[in-house]
Amino acid sequence: MKILKISMIILLCSGFFHSKSNEKNDQLKSKILKNIRCLICQGQSVYDSESDFASSIKLIVDRKINEGLKEELIYQFLREKYGDWIIYDPKLKKNTYILWLLPLLLFLLGGAIMYKKITVKK
Amino acid sequence: MKSKFSLLVIIIFLSFCFVIFYKGINDSNIYSPKITDKKDIPNFEAKDFDSSKYVNSEKIFKDDIFYIVNIWASWCVPCRNEHPLLMRLSNSQLVKLIGVNYKDNLNKAENFINEFGNPYSQIIIDNDGTLSVEFGAYGVPETFVIDKNKKIIRKFIGPINNDILEEIKLIIK
Repeated sequence: MKILKISMIILLCSGFFHSKSNEKNDQLKSKILKNIRCLICQGQSVYDSESDFASSIKLIVDRKINEGLKEELIYQFLREKYGDWIIYDPKLKKNTYILWLLPLLLFLLGGAIMYKKITVKK
Repeated sequence: MKSKFSLLVIIIFLSFCFVIFYKGINDSNIYSPKITDKKDIPNFEAKDFDSSKYVNSEKIFKDDIFYIVNIWASWCVPCRNEHPLLMRLSNSQLVKLIGVNYKDNLNKAENFINEFGNPYSQIIIDNDGTLSVEFGAYGVPETFVIDKNKKIIRKFIGPINNDILEEIKLIIK
């Protein structure tokens, strides 16, 4: 009877941890798919798209997560296949300097102009 | 002096905006991945169309020869248009054609091959499209040229035409 109880508890615990890890993987999968651009219906993420391409990418991402690949490695795999454009959140590198730094420069320039105007008025 | 400087800044800023927007108007707003980057062929295992046995990429690309990987499907209309060109290419001894049958009904794919001819030395099945993703494809048809070092050296998105056929012939010479 005791053995039966213990095995029941172990079974329940393993089921609980298994569902927890599935939940974690599902969250990671959604996060990654929302950050990947669909190349067929451009403007939609793979998460939102129903295209053939998107369904294949969903399978690939699922497979890679189950293989234990980290989020960054999955992005790297997709970048190698399709280029940086496939990721909504591009990395800071030579090709994306303008993209990342221009808003900051414009902000600083605008701030400097405003600061100068205010100090001149005073 | 001060107003001249402000005017200069405004002119530079407007010119910059003009260049960006002008470039944006002229560029295609449909992105397609780069087609000239050299990449290694993926390692994979796929079902053979004829034998239904699993084969791995090392066995498929074992010869010291150029390979053409063509992703096709019986339901794909542009694939029908490019098929006669693939048949012509298959006559060359310098290259082997590998077909990747993409998300297809196998009976229909077989009928397609029986009707239009078989240019492929081997056909592998890609039921769920994941093999095509491993190659970096995002639709059908797509064609990849693989050199003797087993690198993907060229990729053609869409059906091949006479010009592309000539380009492929030049590459494999």
